[in-house]
Amino acid sequence: MTLILEQLLNGLQLGVMLFLLAAGLTLVFGIMGVINLAHGSLYMVGAYAAAFAAKLTGSFLLAIPAGLAAAALTGMAVEYLVIRHLYARDHLDQVLATFGLILFFNQTIILLFGRQPLFVQIPPALSGAVDLGLFPYPAYRLCIIAAGLLSAGALFLLIQRTRLGMLVRAGATHREMVQALGVDIRLLSTIVFGLGALLAGFAGLMAGPLLSVQVGMGEQILILTFVVVVIGGLGSVAGAFWSALLVGLVDTSLRAFLPQILRGMMAGSEADALASGISAMGVYLLMALVLLIKPKGLFPGHA
Amino acid sequence: MAHRCTLCLGLASATPAPLKKTPQVLWGDDMKSMRMMAVAAAAFCAAGAAQAQEPLKIGMITTLSGPGGYLGQDIRDAFQLAIDMQGGKLGGVPVQVLVEDDGLKPGQGKQISEKFMKTDKVKLLTGIVFSNVALAVVPDVLEEGGIYVSPNAGPSTLAGKECHANYYVVSWQNDSLHESAGSNANNLGYKKAFILAPNYPAGKDALEGFKRTFKGDVIGEVFTKLDQNDFAAEIAQIRAAKPDFIFQFHPGGAGIAFLRQYQQAGLLEQIPMVVPSPSMDAVTLKAIGEAAVGVNVSAQWNSDFDNAANKAFVDAWMKKYNRPITYYASQGFDTALAIGAALKQTGGKVDDAKAFRTAMLKADFASVRGNFKFGNNQHPVQDWYSMKVVKGADGAPIIKTNGKISSNTGDFYAKDCKL
Repeated sequence: MTLILEQLLNGLQLGVMLFLLAAGLTLVFGIMGVINLAHGSLYMVGAYAAAFAAKLTGSFLLAIPAGLAAAALTGMAVEYLVIRHLYARDHLDQVLATFGLILFFNQTIILLFGRQPLFVQIPPALSGAVDLGLFPYPAYRLCIIAAGLLSAGALFLLIQRTRLGMLVRAGATHREMVQALGVDIRLLSTIVFGLGALLAGFAGLMAGPLLSVQVGMGEQILILTFVVVVIGGLGSVAGAFWSALLVGLVDTSLRAFLPQILRGMMAGSEADALASGISAMGVYLLMALVLLIKPKGLFPGHA
Repeated sequence: MAHRCTLCLGLASATPAPLKKTPQVLWGDDMKSMRMMAVAAAAFCAAGAAQAQEPLKIGMITTLSGPGGYLGQDIRDAFQLAIDMQGGKLGGVPVQVLVEDDGLKPGQGKQISEKFMKTDKVKLLTGIVFSNVALAVVPDVLEEGGIYVSPNAGPSTLAGKECHANYYVVSWQNDSLHESAGSNANNLGYKKAFILAPNYPAGKDALEGFKRTFKGDVIGEVFTKLDQNDFAAEIAQIRAAKPDFIFQFHPGGAGIAFLRQYQQAGLLEQIPMVVPSPSMDAVTLKAIGEAAVGVNVSAQWNSDFDNAANKAFVDAWMKKYNRPITYYASQGFDTALAIGAALKQTGGKVDDAKAFRTAMLKADFASVRGNFKFGNNQHPVQDWYSMKVVKGADGAPIIKTNGKISSNTGDFYAKDCKL
């Protein structure tokens, strides 16, 4: 029982990380209709900037604004210099250009930081494990869950309750009308792109002390992020939230419980091999299943 | 020519080695002494000129870029260090090392070896770090009559039936790393194991190798994804399974991530960890820091070994490079010494592979790891040691040697080799 609870927390933690990435991706697609493959690079930029700042200052608190600012500014610069010219083009051109950006960012990081992974120490206050009564759980992972859920709440308020959010929603469904009403949709696009990059950078800087900060870390998680966006429904932030949690929980549960279940049915080593195979495919099977039943995803955004 | 010859003669007399190789004299007795002198002079001249102007070329194909780049860098630098310590020579023979980066790409390694052998006429090759590159390069090198001395990769396929007279491994056979970890766990008195490795050939070999020597029960066996770097789900399983210890093999960044997350979960104090040396070297230790304290490691060498050869090596390394010294460095250094010992006996000749082999197999050098000899499959027969990460005098964690795990240990595949 405690194992199930612990694994649910692990799933939740993976889920909120995926949400932070998926939110930006789905916003950008929903409002600008751009498929941004380089979203993972912004995650990497956030992680590297935070790792660098932490190393320079020795303070994780200072690393947070550094990572956020670097990711958001890079995001806005990318929008202004590259993405802006692609709105009118078809998706293939966008994919090609943003794939180019991935290569560009990876090589730039190699030039600046080298190929060796960087390591960020967990802030001492969060380095231990917290006793939750039934089992101890790493304080830092709890912190990620809290920060992720708070960001999701803040994003919800921003989109549903503020003027900027209203424009974002309107821009997603009635782009021309918003433009006709005198709103600078280009500025709005830059801001939304920057916001998405900010969230990706936030995920990146939080991942730093947990994983190793290395070139290509963005691509590893990007594929899973796309699965989240597709399951949630393109352009829907709420969809991204629920689908991120779903993917996080399904992926973790399959890895955690499938080996035991299969071991009850067949020989140990065969069960382990089969379980690792199925759990690697798990979320993609889930995606296929969702698309069969609801081809537009669980929470379709705009038409 | 006459001028160059006198110069050569002077040079050659300083190096007595070629004297043994004086050509057979086929002339009549009356002219014998005079002609012999002339022939000897000519021979000296040729040999001396060759030595003075063209040192023996050794081709080094190694991995210098990517996350595993420091492995090749340490092998290259330690190999060069051995040459520098012998005044630019190995076994009294001037050598020149040609170094190329394979980028951990088997295809690239193959191209480099072809270039070395065909364009640069290199006969003696070394340097490869990763087994997948070695498996692509080594068979070709041997096929074309080259000699290959491995400072790191020792894949099982080349250790058993496919063993080769011109293929030597100075480091270890891959499985030995994990077998020694299994023996280490036995010695530490652990009974219940939980073992993890990535789901790819080397990961499967790691778990097989471990199980070959471990005498207790394996209560959990998990294959992680190769590109996985968050192990929360696996760590929760370990906590629930309550093993005596875990054995894990995750090369590169994933291994560092695993160890940090394991420590963050508060498990390192409760459930000890046993790892083979590639999971814990001086560089990874520096990256992980205090989180690694308490981890059990098994290896064939450590920087604190108390023998003269090792002390000289560690001192020279720190003086020249002043950076953490790894197993890979020790293997690169030993490889250079092994080659040097053979060259000394053959007088710098590598064309006669048979003579080189006789000399090489004597392993007449003082290895920095202490005991060393070649087994029948030309892989090492050596001692394995148990080590632990502890806090050093200055507070920074160090790897401390505790004692021997096994002595004169060969490898599992040697019995299949018919050399």
